Amino acid sequence: MTLNAILITGRTINQGATIENKTSSDYQEATAYCELNPKDIGILGISPGSRVLVKTDHGDVVVKLKENTGNPDGIAFIPMGPWANAVVDPDTKGCGMPGFKGIPARIEPTDKKVLLMKELIARYK
Amino acid sequence: MTVITDALCPFCGCLCDDLTIVVEDNKITDVKQACKLGAAKIMGHHRIKTPMMRKDKNSEFKEVSYEEAINEAANILSNSKRPLLYGWASAVCEVHKKGILLAEELGAIIDNTATVCHAPSTLAVHEKGLPSATLGQVKNRADVIVFWGSNPVHAHPRHMGRYSVFAKGLFSEKGRKGRKVIVVDVRKTDTANMADEFVQLEQGSDYLVVSALRAILSGHADVVPESVGGVPKEQLSKLVDILKTGKFVAIFFGMGLTQSKSRYKNIDNAISLVTELNAFTKCVITPMRGHYNVTGFGNVCAWETGYATAVDFARGAPYYNPGETAANDVLTRKETDAAMIIAGDAGAHFPADSVRHLAKIPVVQIDPYWNPTTEVANVVIPVAICGVEVEGTAYRMDGVSLRMRKMVEPTHLPDTEVLEKITERLKILRGE
Repeated sequence: MTLNAILITGRTINQGATIENKTSSDYQEATAYCELNPKDIGILGISPGSRVLVKTDHGDVVVKLKENTGNPDGIAFIPMGPWANAVVDPDTKGCGMPGFKGIPARIEPTDKKVLLMKELIARYK
Repeated sequence: MTVITDALCPFCGCLCDDLTIVVEDNKITDVKQACKLGAAKIMGHHRIKTPMMRKDKNSEFKEVSYEEAINEAANILSNSKRPLLYGWASAVCEVHKKGILLAEELGAIIDNTATVCHAPSTLAVHEKGLPSATLGQVKNRADVIVFWGSNPVHAHPRHMGRYSVFAKGLFSEKGRKGRKVIVVDVRKTDTANMADEFVQLEQGSDYLVVSALRAILSGHADVVPESVGGVPKEQLSKLVDILKTGKFVAIFFGMGLTQSKSRYKNIDNAISLVTELNAFTKCVITPMRGHYNVTGFGNVCAWETGYATAVDFARGAPYYNPGETAANDVLTRKETDAAMIIAGDAGAHFPADSVRHLAKIPVVQIDPYWNPTTEVANVVIPVAICGVEVEGTAYRMDGVSLRMRKMVEPTHLPDTEVLEKITERLKILRGE
């Protein structure tokens, strides 16, 4: 089942606490996930901790699924970092700022693995 | 054992100046009063030990001397027709000054991390000015605090305790009990959970909601529909009442405004609301700056070049036009043909399109830590950590300049020395 959502990226305390340690598994744990509310997770038919493929017009990325009851319906959140930035909108809209919030995304369950930071960046080489 | 009191935190724009640092054998063994973010940075961990180089970005790095790495960095920049010097926010102002000199020498574009943070706020300030106040004024006087599109519980953990929500001051001796706290956000964040009034809006509708508040404030509630951006008119009217009747209203805003649809126009509109509120009460607005010295770069760059960021020296004189000269503009246009990334991590924090281009061009990285930028770099020059191993000036989010203290002796060259040596080498290469 695919969920159509609006993606927001942003800071979290654990993302910040590991920001100077980006080769660590702690950083991956803190940033390579996607939060949805329980109702949206129900639409996907999988449980938190499973992996999801997040696709936008700008790319795709595999991250872990997490539950956040504070998200409204249809809002997905990925902490800022290389996993989120694999799918954000690069258009700077004439003012230098890419689209880090408000990106239409399609989210679906996947068996693919979450790439390590090194592997993720290697895709760009 | 040495105990350093009143040390400054080199993490976020709060620039907390009340830390206690315990040092044993030139190693930091304890950090007191800091939040999780500050403590993690100050305690530190695996550093890049020596400079490294590689020709092919898919091959392994080879350890080299500082001299070899600096010479190669100068070669790369010297051979570039359209270099980009990006980052700067995790360094002190003394580093910024050297960086701007290097940019001028190269005819480069120099841009800082505000480009993916509060640069749109600067554009809005060009249009409307910034009716603001120091955090000290907020602590001592504010009785209404608004967080709009910002989540200080996660991004600025001590802001509420030291300066805003809970802080007790001269005319705010009741602290939290004497304050109304409003949070405007798309998600019910941990900050929203602490609010007296949570305004939940639909993603990307900030401009509409600000406009509705302005209409109600100016006596035109009749033109406002029953719901704006998912917020009931009734709540908007209640919000206007709280803002109007506050004695000192302090609005803090974050990426919810700068990164959403309408970008700088959201802030432009919010500043107009603040200006109009000042007809009824005292109201100020402050951006929640991320890196501890991102504000410092804006200041140094403005007094050196006339512009706060995204400055293009290609014409020989400073030129500024975000949308054309910001880092992600030139990277996504594939215009940049070499980049130096210093005290910021473009590899982690730029969209894939920009990183894809960085992976194709020569990249020099100056940073204490291995990060995604290292993965696309050709030359890596590790440096001392500003604010931990190097003293210098930094600017708090409210524009107050403070002196960062040295906690331990550095084990690596400071950024200033690396930049000086690159500039010297560049002049030799050019026969100057």
